[in-house]
Amino acid sequence: MNRHMQYLASQAAAGKLSRRDFLGKAAALGFTAVSANLLLSTAAKAAGPQKGGTIRLGLQGGSTTDSLDPALVTNTVGLMVTRLWGETLVELADDGGIEGKLAESYEASADAKTWTFKLRSGVTYSNGQSVTADDVVKTMERHSGEDTKSGALGIMRGIKDVRADGDSVVFELDSPNADLPYLLADYHLIIQPNGGNDDPAAPIGTGPYIIKSADMGVRFVAEKNPNYWGDLGNADTVEIIVINDDTARVAALQSGQVDVIDRVPPRTAKLVDRAPNITVHSTSAAGHYVFIMHCNTAPFDNNDVRLALKYGINRQEMVDKILNGYGTVGNDTPINASYPMYTELEQRQFDPDKAMHHMKKAGHDGAILLRTSDNSFPGAPDASALFQQSLSSAGIQLDVKREPNDGYWSEVWNAKPFCTSYWGGRPTQDQMFTTAYLSTADWNDTRFNNEQFDQMLVAARGELDVAKRTQMYADMSTILRDEGGLICPMFNDFVEATTDKVDGFVEGIPGQVLMNGYAASKLWVKA
Amino acid sequence: MSPIVKLLAQRIALSLLLLLLISIVIFAGTIVLPGDVAQSILGQSATPEALANLRAELGVNDPPVERYIAWLFGAMQGDLGTALTSGQDIAQALSSRFWNTLFLAFWAAVVAVPLAIFLGLLAVRFKDRWPDKTISAVTLASISIPEFLIGYVLMYFIAVQLRWFPSVAMVNDNMSLFEKLNAIALPIAVLTLVVLAHMMRMTRAAILNVMQSAYIETAELKGLNAFQVIYRHAFPNAIAPIVNVVMLNLAYLVVGVVVIEVVFVYPGMGQYLVDHVSKRDVPVVQACGLIFAAVYIGLNMIADIVAILSNPRLRHPK
Repeated sequence: MNRHMQYLASQAAAGKLSRRDFLGKAAALGFTAVSANLLLSTAAKAAGPQKGGTIRLGLQGGSTTDSLDPALVTNTVGLMVTRLWGETLVELADDGGIEGKLAESYEASADAKTWTFKLRSGVTYSNGQSVTADDVVKTMERHSGEDTKSGALGIMRGIKDVRADGDSVVFELDSPNADLPYLLADYHLIIQPNGGNDDPAAPIGTGPYIIKSADMGVRFVAEKNPNYWGDLGNADTVEIIVINDDTARVAALQSGQVDVIDRVPPRTAKLVDRAPNITVHSTSAAGHYVFIMHCNTAPFDNNDVRLALKYGINRQEMVDKILNGYGTVGNDTPINASYPMYTELEQRQFDPDKAMHHMKKAGHDGAILLRTSDNSFPGAPDASALFQQSLSSAGIQLDVKREPNDGYWSEVWNAKPFCTSYWGGRPTQDQMFTTAYLSTADWNDTRFNNEQFDQMLVAARGELDVAKRTQMYADMSTILRDEGGLICPMFNDFVEATTDKVDGFVEGIPGQVLMNGYAASKLWVKA
Repeated sequence: MSPIVKLLAQRIALSLLLLLLISIVIFAGTIVLPGDVAQSILGQSATPEALANLRAELGVNDPPVERYIAWLFGAMQGDLGTALTSGQDIAQALSSRFWNTLFLAFWAAVVAVPLAIFLGLLAVRFKDRWPDKTISAVTLASISIPEFLIGYVLMYFIAVQLRWFPSVAMVNDNMSLFEKLNAIALPIAVLTLVVLAHMMRMTRAAILNVMQSAYIETAELKGLNAFQVIYRHAFPNAIAPIVNVVMLNLAYLVVGVVVIEVVFVYPGMGQYLVDHVSKRDVPVVQACGLIFAAVYIGLNMIADIVAILSNPRLRHPK
């Protein structure tokens, strides 16, 4: 039977059997959809990538105000364009580990305070210059300088010194950090000639493609870099078109004007998938939609109030109705299975009686005000209404105030005591906790201040024993779940779609959207 | 000086004064907008240091009156300043966007205006009979449906189902005129449907109004047929109100097509303006505001001038 399945998979990969027929036959043979899909993508890989052609992506999130400067990238379009022309020292591997890009190998000192990255030799930029250790040092300095505007500034803080040592680069840290390679895989940290100090927005890098035209917020065209050192880049030409409107993006895919789109609205994803020439891909990820309470502001300074609200939310209903099933339930910690050292905690269930009990214990009376807006996460006002209903069954009154999208991130998020928001997630627990749950973090949007938690975070960072570290992260997640200001009902999947003109999409790759941003160079156009 | 030249000079001077006043309103309006440009640029991923660095670099702390005068003199010389977000020269960045917008507006007008006037004349000719009623019903229905919905409907049937025209109206300099027209076929269709009714109804009403005059009766008694009466006698006398409504709609085609640009991903000025408003890029918003105001005032001025010139009492003073 297994051999028969493999035969079917190879037929499907070669396009002789439609994906839907294949999945139907697989189900008849008793295979689950997940294992059948896995078999199919393996078979497609075995059929091998084909070179040539043009791959066209219709993406959400670009704006005419964007810049090509990798330090200033804030959205999907910027990420995808940067991935075409530039590269980081190391990158998140498909299995969640770290693989070398411009660095061939790396090693840490025993105390994890000194890290040495050996550069790959013979790599040149698209302008012909060779990559030097000095360029790497200058790049790191540009992203961590006093006057930088880089989105990577936060993660560069713990680095005391970067210096060139022959064809290696040495990082000296303030305190031990076993996760440094994960930090350096940040997509802002593109290695540029002279660190990009001459012209930060010039797309001169070592990537598989060379940018031929860039019209910010409109359209980007890139052609294969003939001197690329690695094996990325199947299509000769990549075209990225910015289509911010959901309906227009789906229509562009359906009418064959683009081959790949991101952010298929969950509400319509199943309908889109029904079209014979389109496949919707869903990847579970670290991104999550949240309700955040300030732990230092009444009434949320009382942990019983926080617990009451946590017991009063129906997580499964949110996943079903807000994400239409394209997601997983949260457990009031920002960590889920997509993190490397994950331990499953006991799942908190919707329990109106416990919610009522904790609210009574807190002695809080009257309504609680929640602020929300459309752009805090897709469907946030609807999710707030669901929260309102589930809380009312526990006798708790929630008032929902709709705020304008405009100015939400400056006026409401990280400013008002209770609001809706989202997090994109980070590659490691340390980074997620350091970004938002350390008491001194800039983005401590729950005003969480727990001395024990802070101490454990620093200790775990320098702990090289994985088992001990895993236990520490489990304990920290437990503290957050039981005492934190975060109500995390759901983790949202990345929902993306391709037409049958392209192949090679692999679901489940960790990191950013669209196969960690590499869809443009890893997919291929079918001959 | 002949009275008509005086009248025209007055009208033009008035337009310029209006534009100056609007420039003050635009400038003041953008100053009092809430929010912070630095926060808007950096979004959720802003640290206090990065914010402070960016604010200092953008120089948003100078006194407003000084900034207004410098901006006004710059704008008069064609220098609209540089965008805060991207550091690009605004005049340069805007010019291609502006041409794209004019390109779309021009071809939409080329289709819509003759069609509207023709349908208007047809409706008058067959007043209260089925062609008149059909034309009115269809155009009024199309103006009543929100334009984005018309856009989605056309996109679904014409681009996705029939695949006649593309759903993404992406134009660039490497395309031939034919390719460009093919790309913007759907937005032109939507815009035509949106502006048709207004112009058609006004043409119909203005001509019907004139048709009740004594000289029309005289023309009919002379033995002219209905179309000749309309074309030779009624239309010239109805031209002022028709030009007025045509100009209003042309102005709409230039300044009011933001939604259509977003739906069809057309790289015009509307999308450019919206992106910069959401990022609080004040110089760009001011420049766009000024250009939109100038277009609006200019087209209305043309309408007035045509009305003046088409009025025999003004052309031939006693």
